[in-house]
Amino acid sequence: MAMSGRKAGLVIGAGVVVLVFAYLVWGGIGNNLVYFLTPTELLAKGSSVYGSSVRLGGIVAPGSIKWNADTHELRFRLEDANSQAMIDVVSTGLPPQMFSEGIGAVVEGTWSPDGVFHSHNLMVKHSNEYRAPPPGAKPAEYYRQLFKKQQS
Amino acid sequence: MNGLVGHSVTLLALTFAVLGSAAAFIGAWTKNARYVQWAQRAGVAVFVLVAIAFATMERALITHDFSVSYVAQVGSRTTPLFYTVISLWSALEGSILLWALILSGYTALLVRWSRRREQDVDDPQLSYALGTLLFVNVFFLLLISWPANPFKTMSPVPLDGPGPNALLQNSPFMGVHPPMLYTGYVGMSVPFSLAVGALLAGRLDSDWPRVIRRWTLIPWTFLSLGIMAGAWWSYEVLGWGGYWAWDPVENASFMPWLTATAFLHSVMVQERRGMLKMWTITLIVGTFLLTVLGTFLTRSGVLASVHAFTQSPIGPFFLAFLAIVLLGSLALLGWRSETLQSEGRFDAALSRETAFMVNNLLFAAFAFVVLLGTMFPLIAEAARGSKVSVGGPYFNEMSVPIALLLVFLAGVGPALPWRKGSLELLRGKFRWPSIVALVAGVVLAAVGVREPLALLTFVLAVFSAGLLVAEIAAPVRVRRRANGEGVLVALWRVATSNRRRYGGYVVHAGILVIAVGIAASAAFRREAEWTIQRGGTGTVGRYRIQFDSVWAVKESNRDGVIAATTVYMGDNLATKLSPRLNYYPTAVEPIGTPAVRESLREDLYLVLMAYTQDGQSATIKAIVSPMVGWIWLGGYIVGLGALFALWRSRAEASRRAAQLDTEKGRLASEALR
Repeated sequence: MAMSGRKAGLVIGAGVVVLVFAYLVWGGIGNNLVYFLTPTELLAKGSSVYGSSVRLGGIVAPGSIKWNADTHELRFRLEDANSQAMIDVVSTGLPPQMFSEGIGAVVEGTWSPDGVFHSHNLMVKHSNEYRAPPPGAKPAEYYRQLFKKQQS
Repeated sequence: MNGLVGHSVTLLALTFAVLGSAAAFIGAWTKNARYVQWAQRAGVAVFVLVAIAFATMERALITHDFSVSYVAQVGSRTTPLFYTVISLWSALEGSILLWALILSGYTALLVRWSRRREQDVDDPQLSYALGTLLFVNVFFLLLISWPANPFKTMSPVPLDGPGPNALLQNSPFMGVHPPMLYTGYVGMSVPFSLAVGALLAGRLDSDWPRVIRRWTLIPWTFLSLGIMAGAWWSYEVLGWGGYWAWDPVENASFMPWLTATAFLHSVMVQERRGMLKMWTITLIVGTFLLTVLGTFLTRSGVLASVHAFTQSPIGPFFLAFLAIVLLGSLALLGWRSETLQSEGRFDAALSRETAFMVNNLLFAAFAFVVLLGTMFPLIAEAARGSKVSVGGPYFNEMSVPIALLLVFLAGVGPALPWRKGSLELLRGKFRWPSIVALVAGVVLAAVGVREPLALLTFVLAVFSAGLLVAEIAAPVRVRRRANGEGVLVALWRVATSNRRRYGGYVVHAGILVIAVGIAASAAFRREAEWTIQRGGTGTVGRYRIQFDSVWAVKESNRDGVIAATTVYMGDNLATKLSPRLNYYPTAVEPIGTPAVRESLREDLYLVLMAYTQDGQSATIKAIVSPMVGWIWLGGYIVGLGALFALWRSRAEASRRAAQLDTEKGRLASEALR
């Protein structure tokens, strides 16, 4: 009898450990999910996504890029393909070389009640496949021009 | 021509693998030595043929034979020879060819080893294992014969190719990291095959844990070093100053490492006490399954689909293979569950068995955490149709407590005796290490190390290190007293008297060093980004970085832009660093080469972000990571410890040989009777 009591205790103990662990893992995942949204979906979710991690994908609105060379602060607007919804984005640090008006971009960060999306990671959408650039194109040149444009 | 040769040889290897696998199973089943011999020959033939296929691909790459599809995909006339050679594993098809080469190499090694053991056919465990391993060969050879065939013929033949993935030709380290990682990853097929062989043969006697352990420790060592090499590559090339991002590809290599490490511990309990048999064999089967799952996740495009990248046709093949292996293993384990009963029992809560148990639970939990985080995007998309990803903080929050407990156990486990420990014994053993650890904690806090997690890691690491030192010091002291030997002589004699144990302690010490490096570099990292005019400076931590000039260089496969900087500490010139940006014709974005001033205290890491065309200003990112070098140092220590444990002394080898001889004599006399 003593043996079976010990065994039962072990089983219950193991069960409790597993449950606590499962609870922790589930909570951990739930708190750290990053949602993939478009500007329209973000606006639809509204205040419910304030503060949670979002990966927002859209198109950089023409004429919206503002680069502050002193503070390294970059401001621009992301819009849907149909230009219905627009989100103001602010990020810090130099953007990737390809970043320009009208290009697809993905930002990771949080949306705050002031209506501004604070990005900590800015990616330009391009295929993962490595393709040769079109004839006559000089990637290095783009970058230099882009940088000059941002300086002005 | 190369394409035809390569493809024919691959098909021939596939044929031999199929026939060899069948012959091995038939030979083991019918106890027919001729079939087993044929299977062994087929195993060697597969290796030779795959080696020819591999060499053919290398020749095609080096001679720029663009009629071969893979060369047209990754080759280029302007790529330097070294990168041309290693471009064999820069894309999917070639990397599976490398995989097949390593797998068939292990198969040939297993054959060699089986022959040397001169296993009697009455003991079919090794024949079943060979059949299983050849079956795994069949799968990968099938992949490169058909859906991922690198030897397809191009028509028309292109004049030149794009060259390998720009990221992969940016650092010579790509020549080391993938082969090392693959040698570890693929090698896990061998212990899996041996386990399946043991299950099929029903021979789960005292010998197999020792054998499988050794065959696991070899790939484990390569996998450990391969993961470290990957982290180092990420740090040196990717330009974000980090070394681990919980990326699916990283997780895919880390999960089997976790379960293999758990196995290496639990198998000791089995060997010593005849316990945890079912669990141990499940771990080794699980390790292999995780390598297949990891390859499926990262190579089929299924996880990348979240980011809307291209699909690859090999996904269904992997899924089918995974299902076969999973169901087959489960059926085998269920069928043999009777023979996997525990012989021993837990005697006391305070014992090494318990420490191993807890260790195994922690490793299993760790693997589960990583697996769930890696798979969750797939689950969420299938279940709710929502596109999500699991953020890095999840992995960090979950893994830090588990890792801290493991750091604690790395010292406590070896200090606990088998069967039953007493409190008095522990009090004696724990006294000095606890005192030293507490003093270290107080001193560190006093000098300003206040980050709680980092401080806790340091204290636990010092404590565990103290216990390990005491475990080695005690027998050394005994030897010195008994034989009057010098410290170093006594240390060497003690260490070589039980290579497995003391090699294990060295591995533990390496893990402690890595833990300290991770904690320090994560907690005390600082970074800054400036746009500086020529001659101007930016300051981060103890460093003042002056931007001197920027110039361009032209190389055969790329253009580079280099920024020269001078680093001052106080008023003293510390070093000159030149981060650069590389422009590859195929990459739309430039790929940086950061410049790093490395030291065990801290690394200064400079990245060139941008520059103006007139060369008057540059944007530079600077990252200061304390003690990041400890991670690489710890990696070397882990590798040395594992090698020390693997090394078999001449005396030991001859003892084993004598043992086998008596066994052979016994079998022979039994046969005569």
